[in-house]
Amino acid sequence: MTPLLSVQGMTKRYGAHIGCADVSFDLYPGEVMGIVGESGSGKSTLLNCMAGHLRPDAGQVVFDTRTDGPRDTVTMSEPERRMLGRTDWAFVHQHARDGLRMGVSAGGNVGERLMAVGERHYGDIRDKATDWLGRVEIDAARIDDRPTTFSGGMQQRLQIARNLVTGPRLVFMDEPTGGLDVSVQARLLDLLRGLVRDMGLSAIIVTHDLAVVRLLADRLMVMKNGRVVEAGLTDQVLDDPQHAYSQLLVSSVLQV
Amino acid sequence: MNAYNFAYLDEQTKRMIRRALLKGLAIPGYQVPFASREMPMPYGWGTGGVQVSAAVLTPEDTFKVIDQGADDTTNAVSIRTFFQRTAGVATTTVTHDATVIQTRHRIPEEALGEGQILVYQVPIPEPLRFLEPRESETRKMHSLEEYGLMHVKLYEDISRHGHIATSYAYPVKVEGRYVMDPSPIPKFDNPKLGDMAAIQLFGAGREQRIYALPPYTQVVSLDFEDHPFEATKADHPCGMCGAQDSYLDELIIDDAGGRMFVCSDTDYCEARQAAGHKGKDAA
Amino acid sequence: MIELTNVSKTFTLHNQGSAVIEVINDVSFAVAAGECVALTGASGAGKSTLMRMIYGNYLTQAGQIRIGDIDLVQAEPRQVIAVRREVLGYVSQFLRVVPRVPTLDVVAEPLRTLGVSAEMSQARAKALLGQLNIPERLWSLSPTTFSGGEQQRVNIARGFAHAYPAMLLDEPTASLDAKNREVVLSLIEEAKARGAAIIGIFHDEAARDRVCDREIDVSRFTPKVAA
Repeated sequence: MTPLLSVQGMTKRYGAHIGCADVSFDLYPGEVMGIVGESGSGKSTLLNCMAGHLRPDAGQVVFDTRTDGPRDTVTMSEPERRMLGRTDWAFVHQHARDGLRMGVSAGGNVGERLMAVGERHYGDIRDKATDWLGRVEIDAARIDDRPTTFSGGMQQRLQIARNLVTGPRLVFMDEPTGGLDVSVQARLLDLLRGLVRDMGLSAIIVTHDLAVVRLLADRLMVMKNGRVVEAGLTDQVLDDPQHAYSQLLVSSVLQV
Repeated sequence: MNAYNFAYLDEQTKRMIRRALLKGLAIPGYQVPFASREMPMPYGWGTGGVQVSAAVLTPEDTFKVIDQGADDTTNAVSIRTFFQRTAGVATTTVTHDATVIQTRHRIPEEALGEGQILVYQVPIPEPLRFLEPRESETRKMHSLEEYGLMHVKLYEDISRHGHIATSYAYPVKVEGRYVMDPSPIPKFDNPKLGDMAAIQLFGAGREQRIYALPPYTQVVSLDFEDHPFEATKADHPCGMCGAQDSYLDELIIDDAGGRMFVCSDTDYCEARQAAGHKGKDAA
Repeated sequence: MIELTNVSKTFTLHNQGSAVIEVINDVSFAVAAGECVALTGASGAGKSTLMRMIYGNYLTQAGQIRIGDIDLVQAEPRQVIAVRREVLGYVSQFLRVVPRVPTLDVVAEPLRTLGVSAEMSQARAKALLGQLNIPERLWSLSPTTFSGGEQQRVNIARGFAHAYPAMLLDEPTASLDAKNREVVLSLIEEAKARGAAIIGIFHDEAARDRVCDREIDVSRFTPKVAA
């Protein structure tokens, strides 16, 4: 089986400071991997390097493209990488306003990726937008409203719809539930789980919330000071952590 | 007259602008940066157009200026006078007598021919600007032909109004490559942009951009398959000359809601009246 | 079906002076298809720990744990997940679910992840919930608000939704009344009859005697811990 994404020796330095160092892993189709660690552990740097938002100093991000098989996205041309970003890849930002066009209606936000890949039939675009609003549990009557009139949870669901409308195969998520109320988080997590299962998505989720990875991720990587200190099956890493830092991280969570 | 260099600008500046114009003509629809000069008029009054006109004018040219189609508005009169005084060129209001026509917001009704140059005044040259405020990002979008955003704007129009309500500065795609803002001309004029025999030059003074369409360039207005582009105009004949096919201005003529529609292109209208055509409101 | 060979486990507590605790030492046994084996031993003997190792929930330091033809000790996470999805079921003592998901969906989920249609999964879920006497009016609610016994029955329904060839049962009859205990025991008997290999922990001796074919005393493998 060919990995969907194969990351090799990913390294990013900020001057003398290490962003992330020598991170390698394979992600297979349908797998969801969580990356946890405290602030400054390098998990967001790693995510942004993989998604092509930052240029790594060393390493490969080999993606199994639909047309040409495995390709290193770090060395591919920028137009190709940006095309991936509009088709097979999706990126869900922590703050919906970073991932949405706040001045554009909900329907326009969802439709943008469709139009970016050449759809030119208004009726079709609108039908797909309506369908996706339904799938993320946003009332179809809100299709012409701007996201500024939406609650935080709705904005985040809209961002997810906007990202998934073109049927990507790999979704990068940066703290997707950060800053949301607990009840809203639960709804979003349930939604994400269903979408991942039904669409067979692969996903990489960066978060500091261990409850989020327990519910969403099959696998887990624990990062500290830019390096992976432990990786494995999510429930195994959480229930039987091996590394000193993972043990500290798990034992630091307040039980409710 | 001797106090100024020919056509106001110094020769080095004209040379710089001509280089930008040549580059623009070589890459139709591409926005070429240029070092816009201070002009003796405020931004928004056509400083970009004036600099382009100054760079292309020769002593043998005949110059015409229109503002919203009219030769007799303040802006048109002052720019025409400006070049009369600084270049000493002949001026005219007759479209087919002019070799260089500077325009704001219109393309003349009469088809332009080879040997003529149409210079547009452009306030905001970047068609993507209203949706993407970052210049670095819009440049990248142009270079990578990422124009999905342009259709988002049209989508928003239809979702809000039931049809594409953008009625001026309607975006076009040039030779299948660059998306271009045609300046705030009514979309009625869009079909004239393509395949035009005259050279079309666009100058944005404040934004420091020049772009161009060489003769007979393919220009397509963006649209959706189920909402095709339509060049619309007020559904009336001209009240003065009776023309059915010209772009019209709506004039309020009294305090009782009375109104009339007249050609916005004054030269076209006058020529038709002189030829004996008469609208229902003609005296 | 389930085969353990020379399995050992230690816990290293890095944040408590790097204390190393040996919990399981050199376990070997096998459970055949259609067989039910009980893990016995005093509380703290390591029954649950061993069960969690067999599920891949705890990391095994040495030895082999084969489920079918996969060694879970060496397997990649995605292989472990595939085994859990298709082959190895686990009914734990505690229900862990996403808040607000309806009970019916919680029970149907194992089938949904196997690609069974929503209708068929729900039909199976309804049958099990009915069998386990969960009132129908609760099916559309999240089990997070249910009583301990109800949660336990939802957990069992979920665990038996798919006909796993191998199953791990941690106290399946605890906190159940006689009627529901009987239902659970018959579910276990049905699973055995269709050929499932089962490992269970039962404090309920009568239940253990009824469904289990043999017992393995885990305290035999537990090293004496110097306190």
